Amino acid sequence: MSSAAEASKFFQGVTDTVCDIVERPWRRMPKAWYIALAISSCAAGLLLVALTYLVFTGIGIWGNNNSEGWAWDITNFVFWIGIGHAGTLISAILFLMRQKWRTSINRAAEAMTIFAVMTAGIFPLFHTGRPWFAVYWLLPLPNDMSVWPQFRSPLMWDVFAVSTYLTVSVLFWYVGLVPDVATLRDRFAERGQKLRAAIYGVLAMGWRGSGRQWHRFEKAYLILAALSTPLVLSVHSVVSFDFAVGQAPGWHTTIFPPYFVAGAIFSGFAMVLTLMIPARYLFGLKDIVRADHIEAMCKIILATGMMVGFSYATEYFIAWYGGNPYERFTFFNRAFGPFWWSAWIMMTCNVVVPQAFWFKWCRTNPFVIVFLCLLVNVGMWFERFVIICTSLTRTWTPSSWHYFKPTIWDGFTLIGSFGLFFTLFLIFLRFLPAVAMFEVKVASEHHHAGGSGHH
Amino acid sequence: MASDELDNEVTAESDMLLPGSETVFYGLLAEYDSPGALLQAAEQVRDAGYEKWDCHAPYPVHGLDPAMGIRSTILPVLVFAGGITGTATAILMQWWMNARAWQWVASGKPYFSVAQQIPIAFELTVLFSAFTAFWGMWFLNKLPQVWHPLFRKKRFLKASSNGFFISVESQDPSFRRADTEKLLREAGAVAVEEVSYTTSPEQRNVPRPLLGFILLTTVLALVPFAFIAKYRTTHSDKPHFYIVGDMDFQQKRRPQSESDVFADSRADRVGVAGTVARGELKEDDHFYRGLVDGEWATTFPPQLEISERRMREGEERFQIYCTPCHGQAAAGNGMIHQRAMAVGAGATGWVQPLNLVDTTAQLNVVRQPHGQIFNTISNGIRTMPGYKSQIPEMDRWKIVLYLRAIQRSRNASIEDVPPSKRPALR
Repeated sequence: MSSAAEASKFFQGVTDTVCDIVERPWRRMPKAWYIALAISSCAAGLLLVALTYLVFTGIGIWGNNNSEGWAWDITNFVFWIGIGHAGTLISAILFLMRQKWRTSINRAAEAMTIFAVMTAGIFPLFHTGRPWFAVYWLLPLPNDMSVWPQFRSPLMWDVFAVSTYLTVSVLFWYVGLVPDVATLRDRFAERGQKLRAAIYGVLAMGWRGSGRQWHRFEKAYLILAALSTPLVLSVHSVVSFDFAVGQAPGWHTTIFPPYFVAGAIFSGFAMVLTLMIPARYLFGLKDIVRADHIEAMCKIILATGMMVGFSYATEYFIAWYGGNPYERFTFFNRAFGPFWWSAWIMMTCNVVVPQAFWFKWCRTNPFVIVFLCLLVNVGMWFERFVIICTSLTRTWTPSSWHYFKPTIWDGFTLIGSFGLFFTLFLIFLRFLPAVAMFEVKVASEHHHAGGSGHH
Repeated sequence: MASDELDNEVTAESDMLLPGSETVFYGLLAEYDSPGALLQAAEQVRDAGYEKWDCHAPYPVHGLDPAMGIRSTILPVLVFAGGITGTATAILMQWWMNARAWQWVASGKPYFSVAQQIPIAFELTVLFSAFTAFWGMWFLNKLPQVWHPLFRKKRFLKASSNGFFISVESQDPSFRRADTEKLLREAGAVAVEEVSYTTSPEQRNVPRPLLGFILLTTVLALVPFAFIAKYRTTHSDKPHFYIVGDMDFQQKRRPQSESDVFADSRADRVGVAGTVARGELKEDDHFYRGLVDGEWATTFPPQLEISERRMREGEERFQIYCTPCHGQAAAGNGMIHQRAMAVGAGATGWVQPLNLVDTTAQLNVVRQPHGQIFNTISNGIRTMPGYKSQIPEMDRWKIVLYLRAIQRSRNASIEDVPPSKRPALR
């Protein structure tokens, strides 16, 4: 009986801790949350200003020029899509591998995925210049000459890959949320907060946690995880096709798909840690998001960072060994050309910085982890910038060589995209269960299962 | 004692009912204190032959499916069918759009090939499978169903946090009020309650405002589609309806169009006399026209730096623009001239390009001032066209600089070569 009481207390503790973030009165929200929300929503407002000005003026307000047609907008797009990948990796791939520690962070990581992909979506939409037509252009519909889109183009594949990714991520996230939202519904109902009980009640769809419902739920969850696993690998592969199928030196290479996926996971994990380490301190989640979970994520950053470093080395080796003079020039130009500084920032942040995670002290000190993760994300942003900018500004015809200088509106849009992302994430923390409670309970079942008699 | 407890709770529950409504008995709800107890109880209820019953737990308890005797769901089969539909949709769509409706010519590749279809076929397979898994799961679980008799029980609110329950419906053929309760209790229940709900018609019907709202939004949602359908199938002689003015409207007049500003109604206007476009003033005679005080300049303009590097740049431009006629050594025997001779143009008045280095020729370019050569490159002479639209001023000056170097080398003696370099000539 004592073990049953203990289990019950543990389950109640998980529920109380996680629901408290949603249930507590506004005055008990941490000051840091308000400060973070104020800063990030101001930045998001900046995005609104930048995009409004863009809609009324045109993308000439950005620094894009004749040779550098993709510039920061596509850099930001690829960066944000990459950030999203860690969420799916944690929720799907680690689920299939039965990594129990994932349960403490998967909900927040999935939310991060969705917000990152939404943020990423802004850039290609506004890059078209007339975003009010973009939906029509992106869908497979004929243009006004009755010509249908050309499916040999990787840009077309990209539309399907990214929109499928966003849709499946939302479905997966929502399925996982339902039992936890039902918990919130029941807690609000118990206290007689009828409006909130009704809102969460509609979201929970009448979930009763019945054995038959759980059976189909688990099957659906497993299937969605199994579908998301190849999906997440395909998304950044298809994004990399946007470059690899193109002919520009430095782009036309077969290493791109795995290289992009490794980089995406690398940057995504850094972003998860950047978000979760402050959150676990502010909201008292230290017993759920434990130190060993964070250490495991640092190890993944170390591993993927070395994969990224290996890819850089391979690129340079092939540029030399392949004997293609354009390729060789491009890589020489990357390291020593007009954008040399960006290539060295990228190398330092992505290859050298994560090596610190060999040391346990670095993997356990939250300040060091957040600092290194910020550097990793700076490095990964620069990776996309280096790929796009150094190749496009130095194509075959020297007459089309150009330099790229961002304008203040490029800057506002980039800062604003971070603002939007963090605003959405902070709102998520307040209104939805930030930790998958039912999964934490499953993961700890073997410690707490009372009674006896099952295999 | 047990029945007392039950009666009390039923009384408490009925307080919530509206007057005039009828209470219907739904079934029994039993609580267990741990997942292990729930599993044991589930096995007993299963073995007793019940059908309409269920367990409720805050998380999927390991081993509950066999304990309840749940048959595996058909969901994976549905998802497989959904996935196949996705693959087929993707392939059909790409085939129809690129090989039938509009045959895209892309580098001479076939209109339809499997390789090009793979990425989108994969994505749509995943998308359709995921939708099937998502909607299929809710459909099979008979959700959304926001209302349920079990939610009437305060105790049941724990089921999503730390409570473990078994509910048995009174509709079950094996259900006997007392026997079932006994079974649930003997299986280890810490409490058993009756669950009932009301059947007053007001409560069963959808509230009228809600019904109205749903109907209204449905009708409004169809309006845009009705308009699209109408305009897709009818013609109109009215001008386009513009939401955003876009590039269709620009603050300019097109050629040959009408203007109501001028008396002659013409939009095409000759520029005002003496107008100079921005950056086109070109008042530096020396640099732009090769003139100093109205005479051909005998010096290079100060903008041109006299150096080997500039001369080499001039060589590059010279080889692009001048050698076809004048030849590599500027002797007037370039490829064009040789070709003209080969096809017999000499008999039909072909004028040989000038030898630019010959000091004995009637037209002695070596003696010409720098400015005159610059002018010839810019505006042409005799049959030679002007190059000012192709070669920027600075490059024309570099060509002059290079030409001076060739002329000097072609008319040099051994004394002009520094003694240290003379051995290289032999």
